[in-house]
Amino acid sequence: MARTLGETIREIIRIHLEENNGIIMGQCLSAVGWVNNTIPDTKNIVELCMTDVAGGGIAAGAAIVGRRPILVLRFQDFVFLNSSMLVNFAAKRKDIFQKSCPVFIRSLATEGPGVGPVHSGVFHNIFMHMPGFRVVAPMTPLEYEKIWKEFMENDDPMYVSEHRISFNQTEEMKNIIHDDSKITIYGISSARLNVLEAYEILKNQGIKCNVIHLCNLKPLILTDEVLKPLIKTKLGMVVDPCFEICGASESVAYNLMKKTKMFVCALGAEDRSVGASVKYLNTTPATSKIVDKVKKLVGEKEGK
Amino acid sequence: MDEKITEKIDDLTKEDELEILKKMCYIRDFEKELIKAFNNNCVHTPIYLSIGQEAISATISRFFKPDLIFGQHRGHSTYLAFGGDKVKIIDELLGMETGCCCGRGGSPPVQDENIGMVGHHGLIGENVPLAVGAALGDKSKKIYCVFGDGAAEEDYVFTSIGFALTHKLPVLFICEDNDLSILTKKCDRRNWELSDALKGIGMPSVDISDDPAEISHYINKFKDNLPAFINIRTCRHHWHTGVGVDNVPEQDRLELFKNKLINEGKRININEICENVNKEVKLLWQERLEKQ
Repeated sequence: MARTLGETIREIIRIHLEENNGIIMGQCLSAVGWVNNTIPDTKNIVELCMTDVAGGGIAAGAAIVGRRPILVLRFQDFVFLNSSMLVNFAAKRKDIFQKSCPVFIRSLATEGPGVGPVHSGVFHNIFMHMPGFRVVAPMTPLEYEKIWKEFMENDDPMYVSEHRISFNQTEEMKNIIHDDSKITIYGISSARLNVLEAYEILKNQGIKCNVIHLCNLKPLILTDEVLKPLIKTKLGMVVDPCFEICGASESVAYNLMKKTKMFVCALGAEDRSVGASVKYLNTTPATSKIVDKVKKLVGEKEGK
Repeated sequence: MDEKITEKIDDLTKEDELEILKKMCYIRDFEKELIKAFNNNCVHTPIYLSIGQEAISATISRFFKPDLIFGQHRGHSTYLAFGGDKVKIIDELLGMETGCCCGRGGSPPVQDENIGMVGHHGLIGENVPLAVGAALGDKSKKIYCVFGDGAAEEDYVFTSIGFALTHKLPVLFICEDNDLSILTKKCDRRNWELSDALKGIGMPSVDISDDPAEISHYINKFKDNLPAFINIRTCRHHWHTGVGVDNVPEQDRLELFKNKLINEGKRININEICENVNKEVKLLWQERLEKQ
C-alpha cells in the first residue's frame, strides 16, 4: 500500500531525530493526535511552553549549535507571533553575520466550517516577502522528500507551508499539458486539488487547460517546463490559498508575466476576515470559482 | 534586592583587581576613541555605547568562561572584555569589509566566533530565547546571556528564562540595569523587578550594584549552578544611541574603582597602568583609521 504524505513526514522526522541528532519542538506535539500523526513517538522531541513569541527564537538558537531543528506551528496563523526571531535573526544571519541558521518551519494550515478566523489562514506569502528564506508548499510524498533533501543540503531556514488536507495524499501530481489548451493554470498548496477538479469539469465542457503544480515558491525557478505552456496558451492563472491581495498568487502571476509578457491572472482568498460559520468561509478558491474564472478569462481572450 | 547584603564583600585578589581595571580602562578608552571617530564623520552607523557600564563585563569575564556569548545591542564592552578581536571591531564600526561582520552589521551585531560571541541583530531581548535555544540544543555548553532593563520587560525574555529553568539549562543571565529605556526611567515603566519575579519561579536570582567585588562574589557563587540570574545596577553615561550626554552621570564606577585601588596604597602605579592602556587604544584606532 502506498505511503501517505503524513506517513512520509513522520518517517523523515523519525530518521532525523533518531539518526541525525535532530530536534523537533513546538507546542503540544505529543497531545491529541501527534500533529495529525505526523510526529513519531521517539527521542529529541521538545515540548515548548505556550510561548508563541519565544518559540521561533528557541528554535533558531538550537540551529546555531547545529541541531537543524524542526519547529512545528500547528496553525499558520500563529506565525505572526512566532516570526520575529525567525525573520530578524534566522533569515538575516547569513547576510549580516555570514553564518547560517537552518530552521525547518513546519507551518500547518487547515480550513473548513468552524475553524474560524485565527486557525484557517495560509501565510507562505509573508515568508516569500522576507529575504533569507526558502519557501515551499509540498503536497505529495515525493515532493516532501525532495524539499527535505533540499533543506539538509543547504543552510537556509525553510518555511514549509503544509496543509492538513494533503496528509492522506498518496499519489504524485504530474503537470498536465495539452497542445490545444486554452489556458495554463498554476496551482499552489491546497489549491492544487481544486485546480485538478476544475480541470476535469472544464475538460468535460470542452475547455482544455494546462495544469502546472508549484511546490517551490522561493526561490521561484521558472523553468521551460513552467513557462513554455504559458507562452503557448498566452493566458495563465495562478491559484493559491493565501489572501490574493499581496499574496503568493499575485506575486507568482507577476513573475510569470514579467518573464513571458503573457497575461496571468491571480486567484486567492478574498480580502476579508474568515468567519466560523459556513457562509463566512474564505479559504482556498473553490473548484466552482476556478471554473467560473477560467471560463471568463478564456471567453474574454476569444472575444466572447 | 532579593538578597540582603549585610557585610562587605570583597573576594578580589590584587591580580583580579588589576585585570578588571585594565579591561574597564580599555573599554572606556576604546569608546572615547569611537566618539572621536564618530564626531569626525568616520563612523556612519548608529552606535550604542557602554561607557559607565564597563565594570560588569570586565568583572564577569574575569571569572566566567562561557562557550557561547549572547550579547545585547550595547555590546562593545562584552565583546572587548571577553577577548573579541580588537582590530575587527574597529573595522566593523568603520564599515570596512575586514570588520567582524564584514562591515554589514555596525555597532549592535559585533561578533567573534573565536570567543563564541553570537552577534545581536538589534531587537532588544531577542538574544535571550536564542541563548536558551542554543543551550537546549547543546547542554554541554555554558552560555552567557546579557540584556538590559528594557529588554527585561519583553515577554519572550521572562518565558525563555523560565524555560531554561524548567530544563535546567546552563545559562548565566545578566541584566545590565541602567534604569533607562532610551530616556524613560524604570519606575515609569513598571513596578516590579525581574529578580523578584524570577525568584518567584525558583530561579537563583540576586539584585546587586556594579561594584566588581560584589559582581565577582555572585558570579563565583552561581557559575557552577546554572541557570541563574543577576540584575546589576549600573549607570550609562551617554544617550541610548549616539554620543550625546544629557547630565553629569550620577556615578562613574571606573573612577570609583580606580580611586579604591589608589587608596589601597599598594606599590603599583594605577595611573600609569591606565595611561598605558590609553596609549595602546589610541595607537590601534589611529592605525585602523588610516586604513579606512
